[in-house]
Amino acid sequence: MSRELDYLSRRVAQGKLSRRDFLGRAAALGVTSVFANSLLGSAALAEGPVKGGTLKAGMQGGASTDSLDPATWQSQVPYKFGRQWGEQLVEIQPDGTLQAKLAEEWGSSDDAKVWTFKIRKDVEFHDGKTMTPDDVVATMERHSDANSKSGALGVMGGISNVKRDGDTVVFTLKEPNADLPFLLDDYHLMIQPNGGKDKPTAGIGTGPYKVVTEEPGVRHIGAKFANYWNGDKRGHAEQIEIIVINDATARTSALQSGQVHMINRVEPKIVDLVKRVPGVTIQNVAGKGHYVFIAHCNTAPFDNNDLRLALKYAMNREDMVEKILRGYGSVGNDFPINKAYPLFSDDIEQRAYDPDKAAFHFKKSGHDGPVLLRTSDVAFPGAVDAAQLYQQSAAKAGITIEVKREPGDGYWSEVWNKQPFSESYWGGRPTQDQMYSTAYLSTADWNDTRFFNEKFDKMLITARGELDETKRKQIYRDMGTIVRDEGGVIVPMFNDFIDATSAKVGGWVPDGNQEMSGGYALSRCWLNA
Amino acid sequence: MSLPVLKLVAQRIAMGILLLLAVSVLIFVGTQILPGDVAQSILGQSATPQALENLRRDMGLNDPAYIRYFRWLGGVLTGDLGTALSSGQDIASSLKGRLWNTLFLAFWAAIVSIPLAIGLGLLAVRYRNGFVDRLISGLGLASTSLPEFFTGYLLIYFVAVRLQWFPSVSTVFDGMTLGERLSAIALPVTVLTLVVLAHMMRMTRAAILNVMQSAYVETAELKGLTPLQIITRHAFPNAVAPIVNVVMLNLAFLVVGVVVVEVIFVYPGMGQYLVDHVAKRDVPVVQACGLVFAAVYVTLNIVADIVAIVSNPRLRHPK
Repeated sequence: MSRELDYLSRRVAQGKLSRRDFLGRAAALGVTSVFANSLLGSAALAEGPVKGGTLKAGMQGGASTDSLDPATWQSQVPYKFGRQWGEQLVEIQPDGTLQAKLAEEWGSSDDAKVWTFKIRKDVEFHDGKTMTPDDVVATMERHSDANSKSGALGVMGGISNVKRDGDTVVFTLKEPNADLPFLLDDYHLMIQPNGGKDKPTAGIGTGPYKVVTEEPGVRHIGAKFANYWNGDKRGHAEQIEIIVINDATARTSALQSGQVHMINRVEPKIVDLVKRVPGVTIQNVAGKGHYVFIAHCNTAPFDNNDLRLALKYAMNREDMVEKILRGYGSVGNDFPINKAYPLFSDDIEQRAYDPDKAAFHFKKSGHDGPVLLRTSDVAFPGAVDAAQLYQQSAAKAGITIEVKREPGDGYWSEVWNKQPFSESYWGGRPTQDQMYSTAYLSTADWNDTRFFNEKFDKMLITARGELDETKRKQIYRDMGTIVRDEGGVIVPMFNDFIDATSAKVGGWVPDGNQEMSGGYALSRCWLNA
Repeated sequence: MSLPVLKLVAQRIAMGILLLLAVSVLIFVGTQILPGDVAQSILGQSATPQALENLRRDMGLNDPAYIRYFRWLGGVLTGDLGTALSSGQDIASSLKGRLWNTLFLAFWAAIVSIPLAIGLGLLAVRYRNGFVDRLISGLGLASTSLPEFFTGYLLIYFVAVRLQWFPSVSTVFDGMTLGERLSAIALPVTVLTLVVLAHMMRMTRAAILNVMQSAYVETAELKGLTPLQIITRHAFPNAVAPIVNVVMLNLAFLVVGVVVVEVIFVYPGMGQYLVDHVAKRDVPVVQACGLVFAAVYVTLNIVADIVAIVSNPRLRHPK
């Protein structure tokens, strides 16, 4: 009962439940109104950062193969832990704008080719050394070395030179790029002493928590760093802990039994059940991640745009959002951008399920027989179900989709980006330029739809060097329309990030840049007293 | 001990070593035909061709297979299991902790389940075909028939979430006291006990019942011993060989077959470690784990054989 009261009073303090309702519910639980009122008072007081305690997260996405070397990060746990002990030059805010972090300010030359970042002074590394612009240069060097295995190699590819100039660091680019500062928010680019060249896995950074225990695939513990430069904003708990819990049921029960205070990746299937648990709050936020069906534009039969259009019209998007995402998401429009991106135009016509048009284009394409779609459990949560739903909606248009279920092992190496029609997902990128450059530019490594369009490529390059935002927005609108009408990608839905917190957690900020409050949950949140 | 017994035991051990060598070849070949490539798996969906190429070259993935086999075998024989491809850590040292955790869990599951199973088996024989026998057999079979993830989730829901007696997450780490550790593993030990109980119990029952048909048991009955005395003094010692066999098989299962239980309870043992590395195509670690599992299995079976040989009076006292 006390847990329910706790929860209810907190809801009142957050303005989600009226005082009158609260007293009614409290009476139903057999509590006098005097006592109930006193509870309200303490809950309201608690609504401010509380210092101390051990904040624990149970997370999916860790394995015993993880390491503290930022260059190797690709799954959720090492990288979310990294966001607590390391910091980048800049940080993308929940509203999509950039905020200074280890860089104080920045600016570019008129052609957006030379960028200068003024580096923050008096910032201390966990090993006691003071951070210098040289450390920044070394970090960038390590991640852009052609021999490096860094996951940021693609991001660094456009940079020809990084050098120190007094208190600043100057980036010279091969081509103009108005988005460069956004690229530096990349989670691999944690500034480390001498760039981490001496010992890549040392785990030394400038973040609010220093690494205390590192047991890959089991748990990661950080203790508050006493000399942290930004201590009133971040790092409220005395200690933070990430426990790796890859099994969804185990994760939920750990939250329920109070062993952890927050979890990531609540499956859409069980959200409604988790919601009913007293004290647990579902934290869902619209993000840039989306699920895709990808057809190779240069491989028969998908080299025919009519067939691609037929496949697009045969997709019932509302149905997908409702059944696969259980409403925790929004419909896509066959290009990889949504309102979560800066410079998004919301006036591009929404494509709807239209069996007649699908049948018309299918006939016009001259293709005969079934279309083979490859899928797997790992393509995205519910991918196999989605393939079957699609099979049904396409059947109404007279298109036969043959679903082939591939093993999860080797799906990313043998099927995705190899087979002509398959399912996959994209986590989204901070800017439109990055998303398009990663997967839609003719020369992109991951051009997984084999989309080769000269006009589109030129527009992308032009937009990069364009510092006038109105013009850029217009170019991006036109590019979106091209991908929507000619591309090989079907985007049925954008998925929400769904996390959950217990009643003990305060200060959660909805942040659609990544799950777990943009990855910063452990240093943004605190434990309620 | 007499010569024939020693000879038999030596033969068993030699066979075991040969078997392990054969297994090492199988493991190596098996990991070679896994789909995918280790470099691709490490970098995942976010791999660039440049990073892939660099990684492949660094790992020496271009050498022929037999060279890599002998290089590996040589390392294993000198105690060097190599370094994990994915994290760059020394395999032997990280494996040691995991193996220790798995053995710890298996040890306590065995401590609980083996006496329980044998005791229940003896009891079932004593009251054979009666109500007690049926009850024990019925419950035992039911608990074995339920898949371990099902019993696991049931226990989590009732014992961990509702009653909050034991934690649902069994993470153990250095610096925990023995009491804390035992509390952490209470639920997985319960599940494992339920899984292996019936098999051992039924085999104990069957083996003893078999012996109970013999003439010397009838003699014992005639000289006026109580049923329990007959079972413990005459029947049980003569049924030890088959019982030890099944106990060893179940012990081996407790070590090598606990992957599902480890995942459900987030227990940092060998199973979880192996799965993580299979997913990353971390071949050296997979090979090392496979070999350790094979060694445990073969060793336990040799022990069972040796116990059977030594407990056989005809071999101990040849004419």
